[in-house]
Amino acid sequence: MSTDRYSIFSLLRETLRGHTGWKPAWRSPEPKPHYDVVIVGGGGHGLATAHYLAKTYGVRNVAVLEKGWIGGGNVGRNTTIVRSNYLLPGNIPFYEHSMKLWEGLEQDLNYNAMVSQRGILNLFHSDGQRDAYARRGNAMRMHGVDAELVDAPELKRILPMLDFDNARFPIKGALRQKRAGTVRHDAVAWGYARSADGFGVDIIQNCEVTGFRIEDGRIEGVETSRGFVGASKVGLACAGNSSRVAAMAGLRLPIESHALQAFVSEGIKPFIDTVCTFGAGHFYVSQSDKGGLVFGGDIDGYNSYAQRGNLPTVEDVLESGMAVMPAIGRVKLLRSWGGIMDMSMDGSPIIDTTPVEGLYLNAGWCYGGFKATPASGDSFAHLIAKDAPHPVATAYRLDRFATGRTIDEKGVGAQPNLH
Amino acid sequence: MRIACPYCGARGVDEFSYLGDATVVRPDPAAETALADFVDYVHTRENPFGRHRELWQHASGCQSWLVVTRDTRTHAIEAVEVAKDVALARGEAK
Repeated sequence: MSTDRYSIFSLLRETLRGHTGWKPAWRSPEPKPHYDVVIVGGGGHGLATAHYLAKTYGVRNVAVLEKGWIGGGNVGRNTTIVRSNYLLPGNIPFYEHSMKLWEGLEQDLNYNAMVSQRGILNLFHSDGQRDAYARRGNAMRMHGVDAELVDAPELKRILPMLDFDNARFPIKGALRQKRAGTVRHDAVAWGYARSADGFGVDIIQNCEVTGFRIEDGRIEGVETSRGFVGASKVGLACAGNSSRVAAMAGLRLPIESHALQAFVSEGIKPFIDTVCTFGAGHFYVSQSDKGGLVFGGDIDGYNSYAQRGNLPTVEDVLESGMAVMPAIGRVKLLRSWGGIMDMSMDGSPIIDTTPVEGLYLNAGWCYGGFKATPASGDSFAHLIAKDAPHPVATAYRLDRFATGRTIDEKGVGAQPNLH
Repeated sequence: MRIACPYCGARGVDEFSYLGDATVVRPDPAAETALADFVDYVHTRENPFGRHRELWQHASGCQSWLVVTRDTRTHAIEAVEVAKDVALARGEAK
């Protein structure tokens, strides 16, 4: 690796020389005329793909093209939660693979991503919901994922601030995954970028893909705002804008773009030391190391590329928060923002080849993309390097909508704004 | 975001519920290509960056179904039509 290894010794050395010796964490190279693999999109998934291509699969003549700056999209806009508490067979092994990669991420990247396995508690509010969560927990345990049911007295010790005796939605307990938690999202993008760069991957920012060169059904390269870049293989990892980018290659996708908002409060003293989700509405919250409560809820619910949402959703999220945790009513909201989600027709992602030879698709992450970042990168790199799906991602086929093998975790059908 | 319902006037978006793309048309089930047509109809969307024609229902108001033409980049609304009128013009509804 060309980059310096970060360690206690490098920190001490730099401390003694006034921090004058740190090098940029990645280069800013000019695009080369041709690469073995070009990844379109310098977000978490694109950068992770580049890292695993180089490190695990030995493909190092790689470029990541990013229209803005790396980490400026959804990898820096989410609520930083990682977990693998899924129900369906196509999903559990994939997200558990991701969870295991999170657990070793900082050592793998030599980068502090502040991985914090503080656990997640999904609250339930009725006997029926307890049964549903028990079923989910059992499905997880059968796949070797940790899960436990927490009853109300135990939950009161963990999260005393909850409104247990709420007249409408009394809290009966929670499904807990102790290995879940949060990860500092910007650091994930930067850590993957630094590692990939160290293996020789070119990370090219401010380079927007404007078209694809396809000859006889085979990809030849990409047209960009900085000229043509030839490529033997091209991988799309631009969720939020997948439909727009894929359309330039003549593809139409089972995806709608929707805005999801997230929120952070002013910094307060330690209040909640785990991730908690409301089971009767849609609300999830954790507390950052700076003290801010980081939370979110539903997508706005209509097609949008605007990277901002509307006030009714803000009100709805805050009402859900107040219903489960009335104490937060005293806290001021610091910021809210929006990101654009690839909402797929069954609520699950797509990692697959396309009808264009040499063009690969990584899309449809809905609002679960961040936790999937390592497994998405590993699986996409596997697919690109070996032309075969990674064993944990075999269900994420593009043709599953035609064959009926959809993976509908929520069970609402082909209605993207309800997933 | 406010939607100008032709019957009720401009109302907040929280009074409306969203269905999606208004340009998809139910295919002919007797056609040779019906299976592929229905897969496309149910799952594939243009998902345009810009002008989008979409179905909304004034669910907390007059209950009418509307076709709203809106810019997905800015949320600016260009036109609101009653869905039945749009279908009639297309020769679908009676």
